[in-house]
Amino acid sequence: MAGAQRVYKQRIKSTQALKKVFRAQELIAASRIGRARDRMHQATPASRAITHAVSALATHSTVSHPLLSQRSDTNRVAVLLVASDRGMAGAYSASAIREAERLVERLKATGKEVALYVFGRRAVSYYSFRRRPLAGQWTGGSDAPDVEVADEIASVLLEAFQAPADEGGVGELHVVYTQFVNMVTQRPRVIRMLPLEVVEGVAPVGSNDVLPLYEFEPSPEAVLDALLPRYVRSRIYSCMLQAAASELAARQRAMHTATDNAEDLIRLYTRLANQARQSEITQEISEIVSGADALAS
Amino acid sequence: MADLEVDLVAADGKIWSGRARLVSAPAADGEIGILAGHAPVLTILRCGELRVKTSEGEALRWMVDGGFLSVDSDQVTVVVDSVEAATDTAAH
Repeated sequence: MAGAQRVYKQRIKSTQALKKVFRAQELIAASRIGRARDRMHQATPASRAITHAVSALATHSTVSHPLLSQRSDTNRVAVLLVASDRGMAGAYSASAIREAERLVERLKATGKEVALYVFGRRAVSYYSFRRRPLAGQWTGGSDAPDVEVADEIASVLLEAFQAPADEGGVGELHVVYTQFVNMVTQRPRVIRMLPLEVVEGVAPVGSNDVLPLYEFEPSPEAVLDALLPRYVRSRIYSCMLQAAASELAARQRAMHTATDNAEDLIRLYTRLANQARQSEITQEISEIVSGADALAS
Repeated sequence: MADLEVDLVAADGKIWSGRARLVSAPAADGEIGILAGHAPVLTILRCGELRVKTSEGEALRWMVDGGFLSVDSDQVTVVVDSVEAATDTAAH
């Protein structure tokens, strides 16, 4: 009987230790999310300027560029998956991976060959555990991505897109990331990055705001050459920043739920332990009483 | 005299923004100077010095490396890959 009490006490203790871990993770995520959102907002002016410039170019010139045109010489496509380095974020990584898998299936069904590029340790281990080859992988800093990593990823992908077909060139680039809608909602999303479909801005420019007739220096082609890789870079960077903010929000929420659950468990085990103690006492008393009865009779 | 609205931004944030009388930047074909009323232009930047003379007459300078500049109805946007404040800001 004393055994039952001891087991409950142990469980209470270990749940309390876990609760501390959950609470700490929740607080860490909560303190970082503000910074992640700030970084997301700081990156907006640059990406808005680049988008504006690219749309100006696209509307006022008829130049064709490899990054704008559909390739027909290869059926390989690249998919970039942005997930997290660590778990403890509920279904965050799992749902990004699921979205990517769905996309891969869809692409395969149309006869495409998929080359996977993965950012984030969780996703990398998901694929290496299943022995699926990855064309490229990056880990580290998924909750605070820096520009250098984004640049590196963008360069690798742009290189793949511009490589000849027999050297592993890809014809399309899709990005799977988690869009940060607000603190409560984060949505896994797929966008087709290349060939480019130029979209005007995060904040749409007023419809009667006609883009001015620019002079391009030194030439429209040269400007486009310089702008498009930057555009891709800034899009990838902003995807990564959104994913980072989503990861932290998901972690905060998951850890908050975990803390609540731990509290519930502790309460339950405390009740059970009290019950066990009580029944032990009751049994001892009834033993004594019945023993005395037996002697008296 | 009309002023320019200048935004200097890098990939990870805004560096400076404000009103200016003159912007002079290292364009691909050579130094480009922009005053209010400049025709819309979109140009690549090379490595060099970006100078801004603010409405208050203060001279600001940065070393920039790569990026582009767009001018559109007195709205100047400079997007740079890398930037650092020029060392001897006191000299005009």
